[in-house]
Amino acid sequence: MDVRGLCLKFNVSVRRLRTPLREEEIISLRVGDVVYLSGTLYTMRDMAHVRALEVLRRGGKLPFDLGGEVIYHCGPLLKGEAVISAGPTTSMRMEGMEAELIMLTGLRGIIGKGGMGERTAEALKKFGAVYMEFPGGAGALAARAIRRIKEVHWRDLGDPEAVWLMEVEEFGPCIVTMDSNGEVFRKG
Amino acid sequence: MQVEDLVEAIRLLETVLPPDVEGRLRGALGRESGISKMVVEAILENVLYAKERGVPMCQDTGILEFFVRCSNDHEEIRNKIAEALRRATREVPLRANTVNPFTRENEGTNLGRSHPIVHFEGRPLNEGDIEMDIIAKGAGSENVSASFMLDPMQGVEGIKKAVVQAVQKAGAKPCPPVVVGVGVGGNLERSAYLAKKALLRPLNEKNPNRNLAELEEELIEKVNALGIGPMGLGGSTTTIGVLLEWGHCHTASLPVSVNIQCWALRRISLEWQGKNFRILR
Repeated sequence: MDVRGLCLKFNVSVRRLRTPLREEEIISLRVGDVVYLSGTLYTMRDMAHVRALEVLRRGGKLPFDLGGEVIYHCGPLLKGEAVISAGPTTSMRMEGMEAELIMLTGLRGIIGKGGMGERTAEALKKFGAVYMEFPGGAGALAARAIRRIKEVHWRDLGDPEAVWLMEVEEFGPCIVTMDSNGEVFRKG
Repeated sequence: MQVEDLVEAIRLLETVLPPDVEGRLRGALGRESGISKMVVEAILENVLYAKERGVPMCQDTGILEFFVRCSNDHEEIRNKIAEALRRATREVPLRANTVNPFTRENEGTNLGRSHPIVHFEGRPLNEGDIEMDIIAKGAGSENVSASFMLDPMQGVEGIKKAVVQAVQKAGAKPCPPVVVGVGVGGNLERSAYLAKKALLRPLNEKNPNRNLAELEEELIEKVNALGIGPMGLGGSTTTIGVLLEWGHCHTASLPVSVNIQCWALRRISLEWQGKNFRILR
């Protein structure tokens, strides 16, 4: 369905964006906006957060540059080289680590599910970033928008926990539920 | 019991949502609006797409749990299930989910110490048959499930409170609309087992006990009044079903377990009569 159709059908504002995200794009996004993303997503969940912070805290460099990029709380399911199911995982598990990761990397966007806490909300506002949610459990639908795997890092963490660089096209709906103004949209 | 039948059953389990669950999700469409409705539509589109393509509907293919009724040697059955799980992990495929809890090492087989999880539940209806139910449960919703050891005097009101509070605390984490399995009685681990087992009953099958059927309906209303809605974005559908199982407990106890299940309630029931294999639902 085209953007106009979606806006009319669900009475929401729909945006198509490409990564890396620009500052003015981030600032213009508001809670309740629906985003379809093209470009690259970096899957990062529990163990990748732990390792990234270990590296960054001792002044090291990550093997991938997250500046301006969007990370995805996801442990994909692959068949050979193809991603066949890749919905979001519960973001709240990363709450204790996300603010620091935003500060140390300059990442601009997070996609996950279930929302995040106050520390992340503050970091999003301070450093100019957004948190978006893809419908949980809709793994096959998410995989449909993934064109290919570009790179993989830290595979020793196990496939669900590794960092997969995924080329995506019109990946969505991603609903903005925490914006760079400190607004949070959540009912549970 | 043929291993390849079981591999095929696991494929269906992961790729096709049971029709009663899909029906309840469709019912939610009419009640929701705006972004919440869009989310339910995305879920239903996902269900259709996964089925058409034969791919797992959710990347978290879960931990599989097997409920078996048979007269066969348990070790033989357990070994066949392990072999089927190993093969399904490669062939369906399933995400390799099981890790060592201390080192977090992942062997990539979905097996390991204590796996596969198999419950032997006595004999089948017809001697010689093998009956099996399988459920695949992801971590998002298992992580927010809980057990409570209530005081007996807290009674039915205490049970209701425990269920509603568990769902409220879980919020958006377990991918609502959820199905709530409630296990009442037994002891600590028996109540947890009953709560999981409750999820095997089809949503359109009423609790055979009239009072408990009413209690389930009341709990659906109470949970939906929380307003959490699809994915925690607000709305009147926080749950699409409450299912309760019970057993007797110690006179000084009232164990209650609440198994919160994401919308993707993946379960399947099978039967072998000799070499004849049948998927019941």
